[in-house]
Amino acid sequence: MMQTNEINKWYISIFDDFERNLNGESKSPIHQLRRKAIQDFSQLSFPTNKDEEWRFTNISPLLKHKFNPAINVSYVAKEEVDRFRFSGLKCSLMVFVNGFFSDELSNIRSIKDKITIKSISTAFKENNPQIQKHFDHYADSSAQIFTALSTAYIMDGAFIHVPENIIVEEPIHILFLSTSPNGKILSHPRNLIITEKNSQLLFIEHYAGLDNSIYFTNAVTEISVGENAVVHHTKIQEESKSSFHIARMETVQERNSCFTSNMISLGGEITRNDFNTRFNNTGGESELNGLFLIDDSQLFDAHTLIDHASPHCNSHELYRGILDGKSRGVFNGKVIVRKDAQKTNAFQENNNIILSNEALVDTKPQLEIFADDVKCSHGATVGQLDNEALFYLKSRGIGEEKSRDILIHAFASDVVRRIKIDKIKDHIENILTEKFNN
Amino acid sequence: MLLEIKDLHASIEGKEILKGINLSVNEGEIHAIMGPNGSGKSTLAQVLAGREEYKVTKGEVFFKGKNLLDLAPEDRAREGIFLAFQYPVEIPGVSNTNMLKTAVNEIRKYRGEEEYDAMEFLQMIKSKMKLVELEQALLSRAVNEGYSGGEKKRNEIFQMAVLEPKLAILDETDSGLDIDALRIVANGVNMLKSPDNATIVVTHYQRLLNYIVPDFVHVLYKGRIVKSGSKELALELEEKGYDFIKDDSGVLV
Repeated sequence: MMQTNEINKWYISIFDDFERNLNGESKSPIHQLRRKAIQDFSQLSFPTNKDEEWRFTNISPLLKHKFNPAINVSYVAKEEVDRFRFSGLKCSLMVFVNGFFSDELSNIRSIKDKITIKSISTAFKENNPQIQKHFDHYADSSAQIFTALSTAYIMDGAFIHVPENIIVEEPIHILFLSTSPNGKILSHPRNLIITEKNSQLLFIEHYAGLDNSIYFTNAVTEISVGENAVVHHTKIQEESKSSFHIARMETVQERNSCFTSNMISLGGEITRNDFNTRFNNTGGESELNGLFLIDDSQLFDAHTLIDHASPHCNSHELYRGILDGKSRGVFNGKVIVRKDAQKTNAFQENNNIILSNEALVDTKPQLEIFADDVKCSHGATVGQLDNEALFYLKSRGIGEEKSRDILIHAFASDVVRRIKIDKIKDHIENILTEKFNN
Repeated sequence: MLLEIKDLHASIEGKEILKGINLSVNEGEIHAIMGPNGSGKSTLAQVLAGREEYKVTKGEVFFKGKNLLDLAPEDRAREGIFLAFQYPVEIPGVSNTNMLKTAVNEIRKYRGEEEYDAMEFLQMIKSKMKLVELEQALLSRAVNEGYSGGEKKRNEIFQMAVLEPKLAILDETDSGLDIDALRIVANGVNMLKSPDNATIVVTHYQRLLNYIVPDFVHVLYKGRIVKSGSKELALELEEKGYDFIKDDSGVLV
């Protein structure tokens, strides 16, 4: 308890310094939000294992560090960025370094049709009307300590607005690079993605570490999917193994909208993802898939919440974990089907493979159903590699190591193949292959 | 001599299944191993392929003069042993083609041969597919996943055709097949027969032996070969049932 209090005080105490560095922003509406958020933050405490939502995720290693918000953009050579790009893919690229937008490293391709792709700090300065309408509306700062911390120290992130009837043909790649060789840097990426009626968008939220330093990324992404709009989201996490990553995604879906999210993660020291989506109206479709591969003493936690608040909506979920060493995985998949949400279809599956004797996974499906005419199912498995399959492959002349790789890869590929764009899939295949070869 | 089994004993979970098998197989021969359920036929097949769950407690097995029991399953395959599984394993997410390409190239590498490129491999497997009348679509599907019983067995023979083993062990490949599928499977086996290789056909039914004509028939009972003979022995078994062996076995054991 001492520890949580102390670290709480730490983040409050550095706020004054942070404020002084903002140069003349203090009167702006965004700064009023920051001030309110630091108030909220001071009323909240960091979760412990006594909190049901954090029962299996002990964040005390995170609370041992006193992180400092990044103050300005660090220099990163263009070549360093290249290895995280999707080779051969035509797309807009937004690069952030320690949470700050880098104009030089980014390449936002001239896009017609009044689509807005810019850093959210610019959108704040321009008093973009969408900000007022949507920002901080879906991820409530006042109740969740990490969101409060994010809002209190908000600097930058991606802002995308797609107007009605616009199909964004090229993907948008949002790359968050972190490097913290000289200190413990904390960054707060804050993304706002708005798609209006009948629009379509594919974007990639990509977190990558440039080195093996200790840093803390506390990300919040808010997504509004308009009526009959289609949004494809991919999240990739290839970060330092000493890093901490706490992220929250809040998606709100309007009538007949479609949202898919595929997450691929190699984890950090501690990773916690909260993926929440809510059907605000009927006819929505939602797909949440995820794959994580961890080893050593990594901890990875995926919490998902699908809120069927309206009738005639479908949701599908597939989460898979591959755990080696002494790593620990958590999957908590909550599905709420509210009283009026008749004709709901909700399917959830979580499968895990444990490669060592010491790795551990806690999986917890949570279905709360208040309607009576629904189809819901869930299943969870935890197991080792299939010995029968392993022997079958070996009996064909394939070596032990290679046979194991083939089976692990096959297990992973059930999630990877859901990603729509081949060039992105290639990048992920490369990450996985490199991971297996180590 | 291609394969020489001497006084082989094997057990699983402390229970002895094979209780002293002696068998010699030469190049160019087809041996049928018959016997009632639970006699140890499949155990023998699995032990030869290197299944780790079975413990060899006594005896020796030589393959091409090498001590087979010292080799890992993958090295046995690379040396030229192939097991057609009684129950082919489903492997979701791994395509038939990918598995075979990896297998063929690992075997070629082991033998110091150059690996196939994609084109060469494709040409090679196309010619083999005809042998077992396998549809092209099955190639890109996951190994055995959602295949019918007949497709699974044909897929085993197809893999055998691709891997070109010195010694093929067919473990009840005929079980559960309709007569058309049985003919296709048998035809594949016969086409692959050469003076350089040998086949051990493990079966419960004489029917298969109308299509694959064995040089020798062995009857396995309670973990031992209790009777060996020519193909006529199979007919006798069919006629009199296994009971006549059981009566005999009291004398033989």
